[in-house]
Amino acid sequence: MEQLSTIAVLGAGHVGPVIARLAIRAGYPVSIATSGDPLDIALIAELLIPGAQPRWASEAVAGADIVVLAIPLHRFVEIDPSLVSGKLVIDAMNYWPASDGVLTAFEDGGSSEIVAARLTGSTVVKALNHIGYHDLEDRARPTGAPDRRAAGAATDDVAALATIAAMLDRLGYDPMELESLRAGRALEPGEAVFGSVLTRAEFEQAVGRDERNLA
Amino acid sequence: MTYTFGLDTFGDRNADASGQPLTHAQTIRNVVEEGVFAEQAGVDFFGIGEHHTDVFPMPAGDVVLGAIAARTERIRLGSAVTVLSSDDPVRVFQRYSTLNAISGGRAEVILGRGSSIDSFPLFGYDLADYELLFDEKATLFAELLTGGPVTWQGKTRAPLLHQDVVPHLESGPLPAWIGVGGNPQSVIRAARLGFSLALAIIGGPPARFAAYSQLFRRALTEFGREPLPVLVHSPGHVAATDEQAKAEFWPRWLDIITLMASERGFAIPTAESFERETGPSGALYVGSPETVARKIAANLRALDATRFDLKYGMPGLTHDQLMSNIELYGRQVIPRVRELLS
Repeated sequence: MEQLSTIAVLGAGHVGPVIARLAIRAGYPVSIATSGDPLDIALIAELLIPGAQPRWASEAVAGADIVVLAIPLHRFVEIDPSLVSGKLVIDAMNYWPASDGVLTAFEDGGSSEIVAARLTGSTVVKALNHIGYHDLEDRARPTGAPDRRAAGAATDDVAALATIAAMLDRLGYDPMELESLRAGRALEPGEAVFGSVLTRAEFEQAVGRDERNLA
Repeated sequence: MTYTFGLDTFGDRNADASGQPLTHAQTIRNVVEEGVFAEQAGVDFFGIGEHHTDVFPMPAGDVVLGAIAARTERIRLGSAVTVLSSDDPVRVFQRYSTLNAISGGRAEVILGRGSSIDSFPLFGYDLADYELLFDEKATLFAELLTGGPVTWQGKTRAPLLHQDVVPHLESGPLPAWIGVGGNPQSVIRAARLGFSLALAIIGGPPARFAAYSQLFRRALTEFGREPLPVLVHSPGHVAATDEQAKAEFWPRWLDIITLMASERGFAIPTAESFERETGPSGALYVGSPETVARKIAANLRALDATRFDLKYGMPGLTHDQLMSNIELYGRQVIPRVRELLS
């Protein structure tokens, strides 16, 4: 049997537990961490994410192949980049000033490009940011289901793109590969994909096939 | 099991029968009439949610609740929610303790962020400080509720040293809740500080919040606290038939979500998503008294909650439509839910 990657989810707010549950349901070993003591989230893990291991962030990351950043973007600047150095990092965060306020560092350019520029030792993939946490679990479907929806992944790294696309497929979505972080701006708040749960065809139309390889 | 039923408004700006918006002032006067009528219709609680926009001109709900208190005798009155992070907990305590005095002990308060972020720039707060502001201020508010002189120090307001904060509560702490929209760490915080839990469910299947109720109860036990109630707050609209309720509500819902979507960049509802949300597993309570009553009963059971607050109204509905909603909710929905749950 195929050995699945171990996933560390950083963040136990609105989004982190939902991604962790999806990953557990798909068979991945999952740990979850916040900036604090794992004891603080032990109950959350036990009741909301059965099967997830609460850990200190450093331990969760050390034991993981894939790290999911599911924290508010303004907390991202408090993370030491060396924490996730050498890891494949899914950036599930959003820069959403109308909801979370203005962050000067994120005013210019795609948020995941800015995240990647800070995490110089990591490979960053933008994914799991554009489907609302209310929907992410409810709309997941197995491969081939007629009402299956699409989820995007964007990165500059070809191998990482294939890995995360396979993961999205396993989590319950048709993976839509965007072949640069720059192209991943199509997944951001305000764009047609964001907050909608689209079919593959609707997704392709929304991002425009010609934009998929924007350098 | 004792169940209680409330109505919440955000001061949704009314329209007249031709669709013309009424003034902010007239909308506020209408809310006073709606609160008074809610008592006559048999509703247990009337809540006003703080908002600061043209379509929700309701920044001072406590003043409006004072007017309702002076004309009612039984209905409980409170905020739904108070945006505590951009307010001063001492002032919030003073205003609701005053409301409690006026109303003869009928005041409650629900603390939270709500969906409203407008108060942050308005009062000079940075949304990036949201967690610290809420955590410190909720902690201080919990302290204020215990009565007696308060000593407190933090980063978000001036320290207090043996400070007597008036008016004193006549008969113990007000019922106080923390409103939670889906962050489990907020559930833990409510339990840690001894607040009751208000689940704001505005989209998706309500049943997924059952784990939050369990989390709250387990956390209360772990913090050595007595059991506290869970309430569910959701939007809706009651009319004589399902068709009428949907026909009245849908265009107003589409307008408001379209407006918010343009500001915040999220998806505009479709006829399909509206059908899903108004169906048995959605978050909107829109329909005939029987439809809405069945849905409330099912979700109170599923979520192990003992109170349901219907957020009635939407900008652009008329005062008459809201009064009809209140009458049907009080005289038909509430008795029917009690029957279904007995």
